[in-house]
Amino acid sequence: MTAYLFYFLSFVAIFSALLVVFSKNPVYSILYLIITFFAIAGHYVLVNAQFLAAVHVIVYAGAIMVLFLYVIMLLNLNKEDEPHKSYLAKIAAVICAGIMMVVLVASLRGTMQTATKSGSEIGFVNNLGKVLFNEFLLPFEISSILLLAAMVGVVMVGKADHTTQPQDKK
Amino acid sequence: MIPIDNYIWLSTVLFSIGVLGVLYRRNAIIVFACIELMLNAVNLLLVVFSNQLNDPTGQVFVFFIMAVAAAEVAVGLAILVMIYRKTKSVDIDILNQLKG
Repeated sequence: MTAYLFYFLSFVAIFSALLVVFSKNPVYSILYLIITFFAIAGHYVLVNAQFLAAVHVIVYAGAIMVLFLYVIMLLNLNKEDEPHKSYLAKIAAVICAGIMMVVLVASLRGTMQTATKSGSEIGFVNNLGKVLFNEFLLPFEISSILLLAAMVGVVMVGKADHTTQPQDKK
Repeated sequence: MIPIDNYIWLSTVLFSIGVLGVLYRRNAIIVFACIELMLNAVNLLLVVFSNQLNDPTGQVFVFFIMAVAAAEVAVGLAILVMIYRKTKSVDIDILNQLKG
């Protein structure tokens, strides 16, 4: 049962990831990306990481994807006539990605399977919260500063155009 | 229990699809989406190894990677909107003005 679920989720993830790259309409690309993220969240549940699955759905499907779709609709990019690379560049991209996959598989293939206790509970909120707030308290606080800095930076970048544009017109 | 080789294959394929998307497309937003795909492939492998080795550190790392990815996407998309206001396109091949 778990194996069938794994193969189904893997198929969904890889198929929709390919559609992200190859679909012409940017809106469809982002929607396929949401499907990929849900499949990956299913994989997280499958390896007993319930907390990360919930965080993944909230952060990616809830926040980042809304941001992507919002920007695409703000820029009015939902049209099919977007620029494409030449066929030579496309073939070179496919070959480069294929060679990269071969190298990665060859380097990671011989990983040993360690004996694990089945049904381990390290991915639950209880255990993960204890680790996060004891061992990793300082990085946790620093990541909050990072998010604040990103927020301030986004506001600054967004405002810069308004301050420079009137000067250009003079 | 699914062998760890399968997960290595899955995340390698997902990562390579992300690389393919970055090289294949000219739309900067799709390039961003493919970078997210690569981050997620790495996250999946970190979670799987954390589960295999019974060590929660990997899952905490994934948590931090998600925070950094959220910040990165916010800043990147803001820059992209500014570039669109300047050049009226999101084509990354136009953005070669820093070339000497």
